Amino acid sequence: MNAANDKRTIAGEFGKGIMKENPILVLMLGCCPTLAVTTSAINGIGMGAAATFVLLCSNVIVSTLKGVIPGKVRIPVFIVIAAGFTTIVELVMHAFTPDLYEALGIFIPLIVVNCIILGRAEAFASKNGVVASAADALGMGAGWTMMLVMIGLVREAMGNGTLFAGTPAETVLFEDDRFLLMILPPGGFILMGFIMAFSNRYLRKSA
Amino acid sequence: MKMSEIILVFLGAIFVNNFVLSRFLGICPFIGVSKKLKDALGMGAAVLFVMLLATVATWILSKAVLAPLKLQFLETIMFILVIAALVQFVEIVLQKYLQSLYEALGIYLPLITTNCAILGITLINLKEEYDLLTSVVHAAGAAAGFTLALVLMAGIRERLDLADTPPAFRGAPIAFIVAGLMAIAFLGFAGMM
Repeated sequence: MNAANDKRTIAGEFGKGIMKENPILVLMLGCCPTLAVTTSAINGIGMGAAATFVLLCSNVIVSTLKGVIPGKVRIPVFIVIAAGFTTIVELVMHAFTPDLYEALGIFIPLIVVNCIILGRAEAFASKNGVVASAADALGMGAGWTMMLVMIGLVREAMGNGTLFAGTPAETVLFEDDRFLLMILPPGGFILMGFIMAFSNRYLRKSA
Repeated sequence: MKMSEIILVFLGAIFVNNFVLSRFLGICPFIGVSKKLKDALGMGAAVLFVMLLATVATWILSKAVLAPLKLQFLETIMFILVIAALVQFVEIVLQKYLQSLYEALGIYLPLITTNCAILGITLINLKEEYDLLTSVVHAAGAAAGFTLALVLMAGIRERLDLADTPPAFRGAPIAFIVAGLMAIAFLGFAGMM
């Protein structure tokens, strides 16, 4: 395989997570944090970044150690690797972004049971090289973060009348007549249903 | 804690802070295993069983080992390991001594390790600083709430199969929208407490 070919493969591993195998739209992985933390765009960014970090590190470690981990105990090993990096993220966020740490709450430690992490370790990193696994992790992470931010933007704009509240880029869209339901749990479920229907109709061409 | 507070924790976990519809924990089995009423009940029973065991095990671990040694930062790693080992252990014991229960719960047990509701309940119990009894009651309430949501959903979906749903909404999308409507109904309980 020559260099140009290699590069295309790596770009492909990265790109597939964003659209063709988007974890939320297509694979339906990681639904719980997606619905729980997307009450604002900034929460979506924080959660996405934290999970992408864990995903990247666990994919790299798993693909490095794939010859060493015995097949029979691989799942517990993957979980421990993910748990280690989740703890790192938890401590770092607690120290440097306390507001975000409070807002995301128990969903930071719950990254460890996020199906995307274990799913990619099992389905991709345990069978592929380090570079391809890193690209896969970044692509999946980017695809997931993108969805989180999009859902967060819609829910925040409709439910709170703001965009990126709590950041320097804060924009107030409207003050009154907020559609409060959108930032309450039901809004998350209903929006998710519509997003999936949209993806079924226009992105997967199966319906 | 007083008896009335414990009852309040139990009812609150079922209705007000319903694990699926309000806390967003355990969505995957909620959407995945809610196609048939029988499967929903099996999953609910398995979750109840593991939740109670996990609550007791992690409570003791955290108070007796991690807190005295000031190792609280290892909570996430230790809890997930305990839960994974516990599920495996329960599976082996059931298979050996309680064949009938194993056959009923068998296929749901492995799925439970990565069910975020289990790790979630142990972390919430710790965060709320519940004592052991309250933690166990809270876990029972959470599992009951999970089962309630799952069974209601399964009932609705059995009827939904016969409905004329637009093709794009068939399957998961309509299930999410139904869940949203159920969550609106459950918001009504918030006023009770």
